Amino acid sequence: MDNLFNLFVRSIFIDNMIFAYFLGMCSYLAVSKTVKTSVGLGIAVTFVLLITAPLNWLVDFYVLKPGALKWLSADLADLDLSYLSFLIFIAVIAAMVQLVEMFVEKFSPPLYNALGIFLPLIAVNCAILGVALFVQERDYQTISEVTVYAVGSGVGWFLAITAIAAIKEKISYSAIPPGLRGLGISFIITGLMAIAFMSFMGIKI
Amino acid sequence: MKTLRNFLDKIKPQVEKGGRFEKLRSTFDAFETFLFVPDKVTFKGSHIRDVMDMKRTMIVVILALVPALLFGMWNVGYQYNLSIGETGSLMNNFWFGFGKVLPIIIVSYVSGLAVEFIFAQYRGHEVNEGFLVSGLLIPMIVPVTIPLWMVAVSTIFAVVIGKEAFGGTGMNIFNPALLTRAFMFFAYPADMSGDQVWVWGLNKGSHVVDGFSGATPLGNAGLGLFDKLPELSDMIIGTIPGSIGETSKIAILIGAAILLFTGIGSWRIMLATLIGGVGMTLIFNAADANEYMKIDPLTHIMMGGFLFGLVFMATDPVTSAQTNRGKWIYGILVGMFAIMIRVFNPAYPEGMMLAILLMNTFAPLIDHYVIQSNISKRLKRSKLLVQNK
Repeated sequence: MDNLFNLFVRSIFIDNMIFAYFLGMCSYLAVSKTVKTSVGLGIAVTFVLLITAPLNWLVDFYVLKPGALKWLSADLADLDLSYLSFLIFIAVIAAMVQLVEMFVEKFSPPLYNALGIFLPLIAVNCAILGVALFVQERDYQTISEVTVYAVGSGVGWFLAITAIAAIKEKISYSAIPPGLRGLGISFIITGLMAIAFMSFMGIKI
Repeated sequence: MKTLRNFLDKIKPQVEKGGRFEKLRSTFDAFETFLFVPDKVTFKGSHIRDVMDMKRTMIVVILALVPALLFGMWNVGYQYNLSIGETGSLMNNFWFGFGKVLPIIIVSYVSGLAVEFIFAQYRGHEVNEGFLVSGLLIPMIVPVTIPLWMVAVSTIFAVVIGKEAFGGTGMNIFNPALLTRAFMFFAYPADMSGDQVWVWGLNKGSHVVDGFSGATPLGNAGLGLFDKLPELSDMIIGTIPGSIGETSKIAILIGAAILLFTGIGSWRIMLATLIGGVGMTLIFNAADANEYMKIDPLTHIMMGGFLFGLVFMATDPVTSAQTNRGKWIYGILVGMFAIMIRVFNPAYPEGMMLAILLMNTFAPLIDHYVIQSNISKRLKRSKLLVQNK
């Protein structure tokens, strides 16, 4: 239990998807114009992570890993399907994103319109594939670990995108030099935010 | 004084619109405002003019910083003499420190103001007073042994990237002085941490008497050397190694009193940060998992830059939360994170700088939600009114 809590805190603050790994930047930079839409996208990403990461872990643990198919028959004990993991992970993520998209379209059309193209693009959001691959690389052993890690990463991403959205709303009346308006200042803000988030690096809980 | 005024009046037509040196107007304006109160008079309508303009505000903050600065200068000399085993007189100590601190102040002002002037000139706006305070804060939060070129590079980075890129004074998201320190801290860690940098001469191999350690209380605590912590009274008076301005808690409290009395520093933020820090320490005291968690709240607040950050950095009216309720949330989180980083993160002995920078990141978000909740509350109230009619 203690271990899970540490994992959760770590994945939100210390291994933050945006500020530590700079993953999922495209939608982070593009959809963060207002707090409202970024909250929507943040929830969507967290939700997709919550579903896809455990699913991918299951697929990896019982099918893809070297020797994972032992449970089927003893002959398959030295079969290694891990070269398929990219393909399978992407397929699982894309299917899940379709589901979320239909769900959002049905229950919140304004959010659906605000998110626009970026909702289907979650399918290729590197943060989500990143979590699936980190889970594989770090070799988590239980599904609860994976779920907690996925939700933590999602919450970290959510915090990052809502924070930058609020900052962008605040600076919308600032006299930013014309050449920096838009994407330029977003990169600068992200860099400065990453400096602030460095406060968590090196923490051992 | 008279001749100066005459001189300014003489060249004024040339920098006004249409004059020969029209391009240099913001530079002229800055010097005129600095030397004399602007002589602009309103001609139409009635306007309430308050003397509390930005210049006045900044000068009050500078006044509030002066006690800590003077004590810091004295302490530089005192620590140096302590390290070589001599005792200097009061003025002796002070002048030694004055000679070491003044170059840092000059470099920080010159490099920062140069950037401000270039940007103002280039973008055609007035030179703002914003850097007056930042330029004095920067020397107060660095160790005295810092190489001057580092001060210049970091100041220029903070002013260009942290302030001018956002449009200048009043529009920055991050506190420029803290950004300067964070830049130094991450770019040149060897000159910003350890126990050699806080006392003049230690890192240059000066003759040090036995038993003298230049480590700050936080440095000792971070390494687990709790029996080496100085007496509480020493930490309060400030005769301990540390960044130039942060050591004397009494001098900082005098500054805090000035800020609170004039209403320039927000008492909400100060109180909330204090509550956050004390609360977090009490939680740690209750958890009691390691030695560091056993330190009592008073010692925690008196160590390092907690109080300095609380009074002069967290209350920055630009980068902190703007709404009253937001200020409470902001302050409490600053205090909590500062103590948390101190206790949990062995890499950084001092958490205040990063805690404030972190909360600068989230201050707009806090404000956003405070405003949203106010809006929805009022909407609900107005709907009730309509229904009751």
